This record gives sequence, C-alpha cells and structure tokens, in this order.
Amino acid sequence: MPDELKSIIEALLFTSDRPLNAGEIHTWLPDETLSDVSNALKDIENEYNSMGRSFVLKEVALGYQFRTQSRYASYILRMLKTSPTRLSRAALETLAIISYKQPILRQEIERLRGVDAGGILRTLLEKSLIRIVGRKALPGRPLIYGTTQKFLEVFDLTDLESLPKLKEIKVLSPDSEET
Amino acid sequence: MKTDYEVNLEIFEGPLDLLLHLIYKNEVDIFDIPIATITDQYLEYIDMMEVLNMEIAGDFLLMASTLVHIKSRMLLPESIDGDEDEEDPRIEITRPLLEYMRFRDIAEELSEREILNRDVFARSVPPYVKDQMEDQESELDVTLFQLMDAFKHIMHQRSASIQLRFNIEKWSVKDKAKGVMAILSEKGPMFFGELFGHEKTISELIVTFLALLELIHVGLVKVFQPTYESDIRLVPCIDNNGSAADNLNNA
Repeated sequence: MPDELKSIIEALLFTSDRPLNAGEIHTWLPDETLSDVSNALKDIENEYNSMGRSFVLKEVALGYQFRTQSRYASYILRMLKTSPTRLSRAALETLAIISYKQPILRQEIERLRGVDAGGILRTLLEKSLIRIVGRKALPGRPLIYGTTQKFLEVFDLTDLESLPKLKEIKVLSPDSEET
Repeated sequence: MKTDYEVNLEIFEGPLDLLLHLIYKNEVDIFDIPIATITDQYLEYIDMMEVLNMEIAGDFLLMASTLVHIKSRMLLPESIDGDEDEEDPRIEITRPLLEYMRFRDIAEELSEREILNRDVFARSVPPYVKDQMEDQESELDVTLFQLMDAFKHIMHQRSASIQLRFNIEKWSVKDKAKGVMAILSEKGPMFFGELFGHEKTISELIVTFLALLELIHVGLVKVFQPTYESDIRLVPCIDNNGSAADNLNNA
C-alpha cells in the first residue's frame, strides 16, 4: 500500500477535532478504494500503538481519533486550566440505564432508579450525552430518550455493542425478561 | 453527630440507594432481607431527614410504605389453604434492588473508563480557526418569539403575492415535518427564509411553520442566529447513521 495514502490519512486525523471513519475519509479520497482506506487506518493505528508515544490512534465512536495516554491527564489539565469532565453518580446511573435500555421513556428510567429523573435528563441533554429520539404514541406523547455519538466519544466506546455486558439476574424473577 | 448525618444523607440518590446502603451496612443477604430490621432503620433515616429539615422526596415515603406493607405481610400466618407457591412478599423490593444494582455497577464501570477530557484528550480546533469554517457557525440562541417574528415577516412578504384560493388542501404537520427533514438532510443547514421558498398558500406556510416548531421541540432541528442581524439558521440534528427519518416515524 502506498505510504502516501497513509500520510494523507494521518494528516486528516491530525487536523480533525472529531473521530473520522473510513467511509467519511473515502469520500474525500474518491480515487482510493474503501478497503485501502480501512487498511491504512488499521496500519496507522498499529504503528502509533507500537511507537510508545504519549498519544495513540484510538477507535472510538465508529471512527478513529488521536488521543493522549491517560497518564498525562494531570499535565494537560494544568495547561488547559479547566476542570475535568465530571459526572455525578446519579448522572452516570441514568446514562447506564439509557445506554442499555434505549429507546427508553423517562418513566421507565425513574422506575429503575426509584427517583425523579427530570433534572438529570436535562443536564445530560445539555451535555449532548443523550438525545430525544422521538415521542411514544401514548397519552401525553412522552419523549423517548437515547444516547448520542458524543456519549460514545466521551466514554471511549467504539459502538453500543462495546458497552460492558449486563450481569444476568437469574434469581427468583421468572417474569423479569432479559434483553 | 449531626454533621455526620448530613453528610451521610446527602449521598443517597433515592430510596433504592438508601435501602442498598442499609443492606450492606447490616451485612445481610439481599435474597433474605430481615425486613423488620431494615424497615425500622429505613424509617429512622426518614425521621432523621425530617429532624434535619430536609425535604423528603415522595419517592422515599413511597418506599417506606412499601416496606411497612411487606413487614405486615410477613407477620401474617401462612395462608390458610397452605398454598406453597405463594411468593415471598419481599420480592417486591428484592427485584428492583437487583435491577438497580446492575445499573449501579455499570455506572461504576462507565466512570472507570478512559473518559474524554478527564483521562484522555483529543485535538481540538482553536476557536479562531473554527470561526472561519463555514459550517461551524457561532451560535446565538433563538427564542420562540423570534421564530414567530421571522414567520410573521414571511407571511407579510408573501401574503401580498399569494393568491387567495379556496382549494381544500390537506397538509398534515407530520407529513410536512418529514418533508422539512428531507430537505434539511439533503441540503444541510439553511436559512429560515429559504425553507419557505416553495410554499404557495398561506395554509401551507402555516403548516410548514408548525412542522418546524415540532421538529425543534423534539430536537431534530436546531435553530440559532449566526449574528444578531442575520436570518435564523436551521440545522438538522442527524446522527451519522442518518436516523432522523426513523425518529420521525416514532414521533
């Protein structure tokens, strides 16, 4: 495979502020085949991972993005003069529920956590970690929630499939269906 | 003493959380909860909250009543007809507790991941470069009133040129919303005025506007002004997989 292609893709990844996927890169490089682009991405990923640098090319949110290694976080935060991403336990629990049970109604989230979810949902919507995917054809047409692309990006997930597996509840719940 | 309680109480996210805390504290089996002990302790916490003048959410009280109810059912003698299949009344809290624990574990796992802008960092485009990129418009929030003003303006402009016709038209907001989404998905972000370029009658204008409001409401379209003077921008909120159309079907 021509090294030039790898360099071009590397340049795009270097400049981009969001994960790029093979399909997207292919639209900018129409003369190349999609599989060449995919292979180049994998090559670059392997190269950076074996280089032992402070950053690697990571597969995240169905794309690739250069990301720093976590051990340098404190220095970067010092430079950026910002506080790190922080999510409350309530927010994390709500996200956990939405990510596994989506599309999901607020009522169902509240049933699972046993508390009102209004405030947390608003915060998560503001942070673009969840989105409204529609309305259910029920009285009051309640909103249906789901997670976003940004959710995958923030939590270093390739896709929803790569979420940690739910532990089964086998015990004493003949009617609690497993999804 | 009191300060201890304050700290403790604040960390409870809800009744299930408090219940789990009590179960761990007493080191009891979740499948064999000593309901009398746990209920008493639970009620003590609620009392404490009252003493501390904390606002007790209705959720806490609902759980309290559930616990007391289970406790009373446990006190009743076995059913007279000796029905052995009768469910343990405690299942009413065991089941939601187990389910809650699952998601609490997941939340824990999520927070241990390499979180962007906490553990790992990616390149970001500096704001001055962003300004030059045409699709990265700086945003000013648009209120409903501004939208209505913009719409009034269009109605005003158009009403002179629109012929009065009396055909019966059937524009449904839902269909129009799909149409608007289709246009936005195809052409990308556009100005408010552009959207109304093709509408021929006043009723169609109105339905298009209503459809737009609905789309904004459900979050499929974002509206903002690039600058204070400019026309309102409409941006479709579509995920990479272009699921907007599907969403609308649920809508």
